[in-house]
Amino acid sequence: MAVDSKTVQKVALLAKLKVDDDKVEATKDEFNKILKWIEQLDEVETQGVEPLVSVNEEHLVCREDKVTDGNIKDEILANAPESEFGYFAVPKVVE
Amino acid sequence: MTDLTDLTIAEALSAMKSKKISAEELTKAYIKKTEEGRKYNAYVLETPEVALQAAKVADENYAKGTERALEGIPMGIKDLFCTKGIRTTACSHIIDNFVPQYESTVTQNLLNAGVGFLGKLNMDEFAMGGSNETSYFGPVINPWSKDVDLVPGGSSGGSAAAVAAKMCAAATGTDTGGSIRQPAAFCGITGIKPTYGRCSRYGIMAFASSLDQAGPMAKDVKDCALLLNVMAGHDEKDSTSSRKDVPDFTKVLGQDVKGLKIGIPQEYRPQGLNKEIEQAWDKAIAMLKERGAEIVDISLPHTKYALPVYYIIAPAEASSNLARYDGVRFGERVDGAHLDDLYINTRTQGFGKEVKRRIMVGTYVLSAGYYDAYYVKAQKVRRLIQNDFKNAFEKCDVILTPTSPTEAFPIGDKTMVENPINMYLNDVFTVSVNLAGLPALSLPIGLSAKGLPLGMQLIGKAFDEETVFKTAYALEQDAAFKRI
Amino acid sequence: MADFIIETPKGKWELVCGLEIHCQIVSKSKIFSGASTEFGDDANVNVSFIDAGMPGMLPVLNKECVRQAVKTGLGLNAVINKYSVFSRKNYFYADSPQGYQITQFEYPIVGEGKITVDLSDGTSKDIRIERMHIEQDAAKSIHDINPKKSYVDFNRCGVGLMEIVTKPDFRSPEEVGAFLKKLRSIVRYLGTCDGNMDEGSMRCDASISVRPLGSNELRERAEVKNVNSVKFAMQAVEYEAKRQVELYENGETLKQQTCRFNPATGETKFLRFKEFSDDYRYFPEPDLPPLVLDDAFIEEIRNNLVELPDAKKARFVKELGLTPYDASVLCENKETADFFEEAAKGRDAKKVANWIMGDFFAMLNAKKLPLEKSPISAEKLGRLVDLISKNVINGKTAKDVFAIMAETSQEPEAIVEEKGWKQVTDTSAIEAIVDEVLQSNPDNVAAYKGGKNNLLGWFVGQVMKQSKGTANPAIVNQLLKQKLG
Repeated sequence: MAVDSKTVQKVALLAKLKVDDDKVEATKDEFNKILKWIEQLDEVETQGVEPLVSVNEEHLVCREDKVTDGNIKDEILANAPESEFGYFAVPKVVE
Repeated sequence: MTDLTDLTIAEALSAMKSKKISAEELTKAYIKKTEEGRKYNAYVLETPEVALQAAKVADENYAKGTERALEGIPMGIKDLFCTKGIRTTACSHIIDNFVPQYESTVTQNLLNAGVGFLGKLNMDEFAMGGSNETSYFGPVINPWSKDVDLVPGGSSGGSAAAVAAKMCAAATGTDTGGSIRQPAAFCGITGIKPTYGRCSRYGIMAFASSLDQAGPMAKDVKDCALLLNVMAGHDEKDSTSSRKDVPDFTKVLGQDVKGLKIGIPQEYRPQGLNKEIEQAWDKAIAMLKERGAEIVDISLPHTKYALPVYYIIAPAEASSNLARYDGVRFGERVDGAHLDDLYINTRTQGFGKEVKRRIMVGTYVLSAGYYDAYYVKAQKVRRLIQNDFKNAFEKCDVILTPTSPTEAFPIGDKTMVENPINMYLNDVFTVSVNLAGLPALSLPIGLSAKGLPLGMQLIGKAFDEETVFKTAYALEQDAAFKRI
Repeated sequence: MADFIIETPKGKWELVCGLEIHCQIVSKSKIFSGASTEFGDDANVNVSFIDAGMPGMLPVLNKECVRQAVKTGLGLNAVINKYSVFSRKNYFYADSPQGYQITQFEYPIVGEGKITVDLSDGTSKDIRIERMHIEQDAAKSIHDINPKKSYVDFNRCGVGLMEIVTKPDFRSPEEVGAFLKKLRSIVRYLGTCDGNMDEGSMRCDASISVRPLGSNELRERAEVKNVNSVKFAMQAVEYEAKRQVELYENGETLKQQTCRFNPATGETKFLRFKEFSDDYRYFPEPDLPPLVLDDAFIEEIRNNLVELPDAKKARFVKELGLTPYDASVLCENKETADFFEEAAKGRDAKKVANWIMGDFFAMLNAKKLPLEKSPISAEKLGRLVDLISKNVINGKTAKDVFAIMAETSQEPEAIVEEKGWKQVTDTSAIEAIVDEVLQSNPDNVAAYKGGKNNLLGWFVGQVMKQSKGTANPAIVNQLLKQKLG
């Protein structure tokens, strides 16, 4: 499945990345090279094989419902590029 | 007195316990080496004051006789581990100003055992790379370099170089597709990637969550065992961390390997395998045979598909794991008129080329219409790879392979720069271990004709690090590798 | 079935609607972190590093959220899936700190179920539940503090949510309303969600399409997001269905889209079309192994399940003799049903039900009081009914006693005693008054005997007046008839 330039742009948009117009072609070619390489997998017969989601064979263990965290507002905001009045600030979001 | 930085951890602990040396002396010796070795660019942040403070506490504890398991051992920490109050960057521009307000479980375990941190170690950006060349802080130079500057391997390149150049007693590493083992091989040191779930991933910036594992990188096998004793263990903050007991890994060192079945996978000896690597492998096989181990031919038929599987699963998980670097709550922000512009500007300027490449691939393979063809297919083949190992371990106790198909190569190698797949191929012997979640150790076995270290890899059954350590220790005795 | 057919000069149309309801799970701490779920604290106080999506942070599942989900699943008469898997839904937004939401996709914790709703025409209908999964709530953005910026508060981020998805079974706004009320009643009975739509702890998205009546096709739909009351949901569905009919009849087509409901105008407003950015790239959450429930866990919850509204209603009808209508009104919320049961214990349940649904509800309404703040306890109300049954007071006096109880919370017996309202049941005493009334009104006696039978009521009134309301009306009636021949 080879991708075209439009797809490259769409994928970039989904990933919130920008591919400059003059780099789209090169990116597309490189992308296709990698895709072609990983498509070797098509050779493998996988009918009836259960996908391996996790090598972890122990089941999920839950925690008890206790409040053990929070009340660390300063630490939460310590690395914020911009914060005001105890909130994180971002450009206006209009819905 | 000899150079204190020549001492292994085991030797240093005993010297401190018997008051022959102090933790402060030991730490100062490493700080000095760190300063002398700046040309290698192994550290992205030096924290001598932190290490000295720990040394002071250590000396008090030795004086009181209340010393802990690794009291006074100065270590370097890969910059992927969040360290409270100490800048942690994953060697990426996007968070090059990030100061975590929390400590990763693995580093906390080390602190609790009396370790002091000399600083944060260079690495490939977000652990994506096999040569440490994708770091925002520039490449690391392999201390074994002679006329040309060689790579230390990656992604834990700074860790491997720092240990090799004696700029720390040991270092932490992480391994998603070979990131502990391959640099360990390139730099002539020992490193183990434990079974998935042995070490908590809490506080380690995630690359590919189903593959990432932390592990020690050190001068020898025993030091790795001592470190893993402390680093491993169940952590309720990581739901994928195992509840299995952690044995004392040093107990098995020196035990007889006679009768042990050593699996040799035929698929790891492809046409055109580097002759020197092949010879080193044969040498290692002969050593174990000499000690009475039984050599068994095994087959891991899906080996050749491990890399494509890895390069679907790892980028897919990474594309999601790296979504949190968006310029809103931490890290660098490049402003934009709208929130979307802020995201795009921040991420486009904040991430390096290889990271963006993998985010793009990962985003694509998960997107509507392609998910089954790529991601589900990869998970199915991943199952087959895991089954290969299960079948092989019916016939053998531990598997011996080379760690890497090459020795350390020059920085800026054209074939790799031009085609990322050539770089990816470096992981050919290591990735399937991550896909199956198994423990594997790399140790130096000898030198190539160019005088560069060559590494051997021992792969164990899940949660059977002990057999790996036992076999590695035996090989280490026979190889008698000379560190720098 | 309560039919809702949109009829225009050009044809007849039918509504096809499905709902997705997000219910905040009642728990002390968040679904994947130990931070408090408390509502209304200062910004970013109830936030852990996990909730803020800090590097290296990992989710740890709260067992209570799982228990609450299973409980709710049982309340929805649904299949509990012993194996479920968390997935990541990837999208960038200010309210999504990780860049993805941890949810369940392919393998939800609860499978198919159904809820029966009662409709105004006396019929009932089953609404099928497609699935229910658990996930984390998003953060909240505040837009009205600074004209150029939005502020993000992560307090709500990571609170557990149950998302209930129905099949497209709704054919009328009334069904939508009845379902939401029923669902709210169920989760409140179970204590798994407080059901407060106006506070956002229960939020409803409606997928709406229309089709020509009689056809089976499924046309493109519009999704109306985040409607925050039952009434608004009904309005939104009705408005949007009519809008779509108009669109089709004008020869236009509908493209799949997202809308918002404006409560001020009662209209839906276009937000955006489904886009490429809606590609959420779901994949299994590698930080959480699959969730596997054992039978013992599920059975323990099943065995301790409270009686749900349907079962309670059936019992009230069968054992207490209430009409289905009265029973469903009393069962709509658990507190009312409990109040009724306490008041009715050992008494005439129908009489008690009438008192509660009549004077009692009217009193709470007038005073704008919730049930738990009622000045009249269930037990006292029951004793008031006892006073009537034992002929201590009559029905009219009871209303006066009730009015005093509502003001003073006094014991009904004490009020009757204090006011001297005890009913006179001594026939000779009443007879004396009757005789006196007859003697002093010979004209009316003559008129009555001449055929003016409706004067009986007037004589009763006179006797009651003389007795200051304490005479037993039945005895008065009986004596008057006797004496007037």
